[in-house]
Amino acid sequence: MVSGHLNAENLLESVTQELRVQMMHRDLTDPIMIGIRTGGVWLAERLHTALNLNSPLGVLDISFYRDDFSQSGLNPKVQPTQLPCPTEGRDLILVDDVIMSGRTIRAAMNELFDYGRPASILLVTLIDLQHRHLPIQPDVVGERLTLGEDQQIKLSGPFPLALEIRNRS
Amino acid sequence: MNIVIEGGRIIDPAQKIDTVANLYIHQGTILAIGHEPPEGYFADDTLDARNKIVCPGLIDLFTHLREPGATQKGSIASETAAAAAGGITTLLTSPATSPIVDTPAVAELIQDRAADAGFVRVLPIGALTRGLQGEQLAPLHALTRSGCVAFTNARLPMVDSLALLRCLEYAATFDLLVIFQAQDAGLSRKGCMHDGASSARMGLEGIPEAAETIEVSRCLLLIEQTGVRAHFGQLSCERSIQLIDAARKRGLQVTADVAIHHLLLCDEDVNGFDSSLHVQPPLRSPLDRAGLRQGLVTDTLSAICSDHQPLDVIAKQAPFSETEPGISGLETLLPLSLKLVEQKLIELPQLIEKLTLGPAKILGLDSGTLQSGVQADVCIFDPEATWTVNDQSLLSMGKNTPYYGHSLKGRVDCTLLGGRIVFKR
Amino acid sequence: MLPKEYYDAIQLTPEGQLKHFLTIEGLSPLLLTEILDTADSFVDMNAQQVKKVPLLRGKTVANLFFEASTRTLSTFELAAKRLSADVLNLNISTSSTSKGETLKDTLMTLQAMHCDMFVVRHSASGAAHFIAQHVTPDVAVINAGDGRHAHPTQAMLDMLTIRQHKGDFKNLKVAIVGDILHSRVARSEIHALRILGANEIRVIAPATLLPKHIESLGVKVFTEMSRGLRDVDVVIMLRLQRERMQTALLPSESEFYSLYGLTENKLAYAKPDAIVMHPGPINRGVEIESRVADGPRSVILNQVTNGIAVRMAVMSMAMSGQQLNTQSSSFTESSARTESL
Repeated sequence: MVSGHLNAENLLESVTQELRVQMMHRDLTDPIMIGIRTGGVWLAERLHTALNLNSPLGVLDISFYRDDFSQSGLNPKVQPTQLPCPTEGRDLILVDDVIMSGRTIRAAMNELFDYGRPASILLVTLIDLQHRHLPIQPDVVGERLTLGEDQQIKLSGPFPLALEIRNRS
Repeated sequence: MNIVIEGGRIIDPAQKIDTVANLYIHQGTILAIGHEPPEGYFADDTLDARNKIVCPGLIDLFTHLREPGATQKGSIASETAAAAAGGITTLLTSPATSPIVDTPAVAELIQDRAADAGFVRVLPIGALTRGLQGEQLAPLHALTRSGCVAFTNARLPMVDSLALLRCLEYAATFDLLVIFQAQDAGLSRKGCMHDGASSARMGLEGIPEAAETIEVSRCLLLIEQTGVRAHFGQLSCERSIQLIDAARKRGLQVTADVAIHHLLLCDEDVNGFDSSLHVQPPLRSPLDRAGLRQGLVTDTLSAICSDHQPLDVIAKQAPFSETEPGISGLETLLPLSLKLVEQKLIELPQLIEKLTLGPAKILGLDSGTLQSGVQADVCIFDPEATWTVNDQSLLSMGKNTPYYGHSLKGRVDCTLLGGRIVFKR
Repeated sequence: MLPKEYYDAIQLTPEGQLKHFLTIEGLSPLLLTEILDTADSFVDMNAQQVKKVPLLRGKTVANLFFEASTRTLSTFELAAKRLSADVLNLNISTSSTSKGETLKDTLMTLQAMHCDMFVVRHSASGAAHFIAQHVTPDVAVINAGDGRHAHPTQAMLDMLTIRQHKGDFKNLKVAIVGDILHSRVARSEIHALRILGANEIRVIAPATLLPKHIESLGVKVFTEMSRGLRDVDVVIMLRLQRERMQTALLPSESEFYSLYGLTENKLAYAKPDAIVMHPGPINRGVEIESRVADGPRSVILNQVTNGIAVRMAVMSMAMSGQQLNTQSSSFTESSARTESL
């Protein structure tokens, strides 16, 4: 059990390092980085700059692909997904702030496949809260946490990035 | 057979009686009202009417029993049983059956079937024109001999004013009563509700008030010219009341009635496309309703009728304009009328008059009263008892009423026809 | 008089979400804005490379058109397909149906096929209400036009178009011109504009094409274009059916055009930046001059584009509301939601 604040900037730094290693390992020379709205986009922007990637950054809004649409309704302020270049046959780096059940990533991958068949997808998340519902694992993780039943984690940003663990009121 | 109705509040407008007493019936006729039996009177049966109201059986000036013809909607047996349960002992039937009441055979058939059922006195209204086509005169004299008490062309148009004039002249020759259900065909052709703010909002085709008032005006002028005995049925507009008032002030002997739903409901109630409120003439504006209520108080409207139109379930199961108009009303006539007393519009004896003596006078009948010597058509009801309008409580085959599911106050306990108990709860 | 409660009860869930979309009347400004916002999201999506989302995957949408309309049917069909629903198009001619039996029978038959949504067009006012009252509780009903009563999706796409061009509704003067009497579009637009707070709503038509007491809906009535169009921000022209000329409503198309047809000259009475709208299909030279219809102030094609987005919005909102309504109330927040914080 943890509480209070985590140093997001430090976590981001370690994620950047590890991603750099992974990219070398996998021989990813010109991947397309894609952030999942909203937290994932902040992280992706930072990573994109730090890694000095060539291809422009993509932004994914998965609201239309969520599997809990029929339970929680539609968010009326869905912003468009923006993929600035074709993803067919390309290596993708998918970035999100937190992974828990894995459903967001499932939705994101479904949406990505609607745009074409990528060569590969590498998943980066800042925090892994575990409790997976689906067989989806990140390739690069900043920190693994176990939260209490009544706890929530929130990323705020984009400048500065801050992670706060709060008790649900 | 002697029946005594004991301890009820007896209201008989004809004799201006409103008193708690016993009503003594002897061999089908009224013998006396009092606290002690007349000398030598021996009761075979006693009806306890304590805390109940005893009044003449109701007379309903316009009903559709559907037979012959549309027996999926109602039959003479089913609807007259419903009438008895509603305290009605005499009712008039529409000539718009299939076949139409334009031959003595059909008029006689209706009365025979009604006599077989034995619940209510059924008086047919004959068609004014053959086939209600508005052109050729129906055999009014023969129909009268076969029991028709009045003639109407229902809401169907006459081909022209000349045809109407001729019909009225002929009816006047034999002093026959003509009932007008005034509605201009052109102005009402496609309409399904009152032409007003509600119809504008709902996008339903309206029937303007002029559809009624134009026809009332034309009929009044021709009544004046021919001197025919005339009655206007189921008026819906305030302006019609004014026209009839003015004619009466000129000395014209015309009478008029109103359907109970027009005194209680208005076009604003139609909100939400409730097809149970689809009725002809349409429910008018609140102002019209106020005018009709005033007309009732001032006696321009001397009777309240049910305008009973039973329908099968499917007839109301469609978008509003595609449903059939009509309200099933025999069994709700009395409890709905009692609302007028509760709303302090009129006193109870005055209301009873509108349901009994008033219609009897229009028809020239000697019934509608509890005077000694007349046939013992009696209604006993509990003004405080409440009941719910539903499939179980309604005897009529038509369950089509906007009051379906409502709890109503005032329930008939017993109905006597010619001294015979035809309904008892 | 209780229309508000009535319409709430029939088309909203206890939580205030749409479960049917039958009429604009009685809906809150908040809900209308939510529809517009959601539609905006779909407008963006429709401009994307991939014009398909899986929101209604596995659902069956039946388009029940008792009155022919290729345009409305195709936008509903496209909207449903872009939401990944299976679509069934049924053109049912009313001429062959007798009274209400067939409508109810058709309904029962389709329910047996387990459709999840009915999109209904019918020539009788109140038909969509009737259907909503008679379907099983888990089927959503969308009104695609009933008689003269309502055409709520058309009105909402018009509102979306107005909002895109004018921003807020607060200061807008809007004129609706033409056959108000027979127009379900006009009725729905009047409700929508009033709820969204438009400054002034005007109708311009000869008395024969105006319903009695139309002022009770909160509009100002004008019979002359020169006065009615003065200083308006939006001009909505209505379609004039040719059949009207066969009755005593109007003498001729040319007389109508000379009095009420929207020409450059008449449009000059409106504000310089006024936009011109028309629900289509256009009768050029009857309601509107070609130069105006194709001119810079015409937003008629935007309306068509917005039509798909609005229908997608309404369909997904109603389906979601319908499912929320029929699910057990013990639903707890899913972890997927926590994750997306």
